[in-house]
Amino acid sequence: MNLLIWGLVTGVLFGFLLQKGRVLRYDKQLGALRLIDMTIVKFMFSTVLVGMVGIYLLNDLGLVELKLKGAVLGSNIIGGLVFGVGWGLVGYCPGTSLGALGEGRVDAVGGILGMIFGAAAFAEVYPQLKASVMTWGDYGKITLPQLLGVNHWLIVVVMIVLALGMFRWFEKKGL
Amino acid sequence: MKQTDDPGSWNPYLAGALTGLVAVASVFFTGKYFGASTSFVRTAGMLERLVNPERVAQNSYFSKYLESGVSGIDWQWMFVVGILLGALIAAVTSGSFRLQAVPDMWQRRFGVKTGLGRFLTSFIGGAILLFGARLAGGCPSGHGLSGVMQLAVSGLVALVCFFAGGMLVARLLYRKGDE
Repeated sequence: MNLLIWGLVTGVLFGFLLQKGRVLRYDKQLGALRLIDMTIVKFMFSTVLVGMVGIYLLNDLGLVELKLKGAVLGSNIIGGLVFGVGWGLVGYCPGTSLGALGEGRVDAVGGILGMIFGAAAFAEVYPQLKASVMTWGDYGKITLPQLLGVNHWLIVVVMIVLALGMFRWFEKKGL
Repeated sequence: MKQTDDPGSWNPYLAGALTGLVAVASVFFTGKYFGASTSFVRTAGMLERLVNPERVAQNSYFSKYLESGVSGIDWQWMFVVGILLGALIAAVTSGSFRLQAVPDMWQRRFGVKTGLGRFLTSFIGGAILLFGARLAGGCPSGHGLSGVMQLAVSGLVALVCFFAGGMLVARLLYRKGDE
């Protein structure tokens, strides 16, 4: 029960910040996909940079555990591309669709109903996919530092430098 | 920056960084990483269970998330509901709540009288998107934020593919350079 309340509180904070950052709008999401407005990319990578440092620091101290999803290239790549095609049409992500509705974007209802339908459809064909696509190129639960055989802080620093360079470029171009 | 003409908005770098702190706090206090798409599977299963409980119980995918006799509402499901409430609170308190059925960019591209067209596209897009998310093992929250912040190979690969697919469709829907 307690965990459910934590879920709600965490979601409220996330939704509040998504709305404040103007990440919930179709125009912002399509703006990023059309490479004319990088608001959602700025938001995402700022979250990732702070989260990455925090999680790895706490993990080194033994205070939190990583919870990795398996790298199965067949499903990550094909599923990712399929997701992208749908994303370009709906203009909201699963999480942001609810937030978009919260700020009054009624077209998100169509997206939300579609997502529930898509989930039900996936459940129907799961046995076939599980035996095929979802086994192609299975590298297990692996991180980039593990794959490259280097210390994770090296990758963290590289990621920070790359992201800051990208941010600087966005600002220079007015994106 | 473009935010100045939009009262109540925060700098996206600031809002994003604060979200990073919330994400870390969530993992620290409850061990929960952000994610959203599993909740749509739970919702689909819960709805289908109202009509045909045997079918849901026999489905190997729903069985991963829905035990018989258990509600199916978990941390993430409440998290997703919270997103709606949080966005509502932020929008109403800053005066930026706006009922809109057809987004501005869509109106400029396809004309304003396409409310049904927009709704259907939204539905079809949503269905394709969630199917893809479940095949990929997550969405921009689970893979894009939680995966990439852990430097997971799966998250990095999926995020690149999300954008590749999305950019392709955006390119087909909108003419290049058309504001």
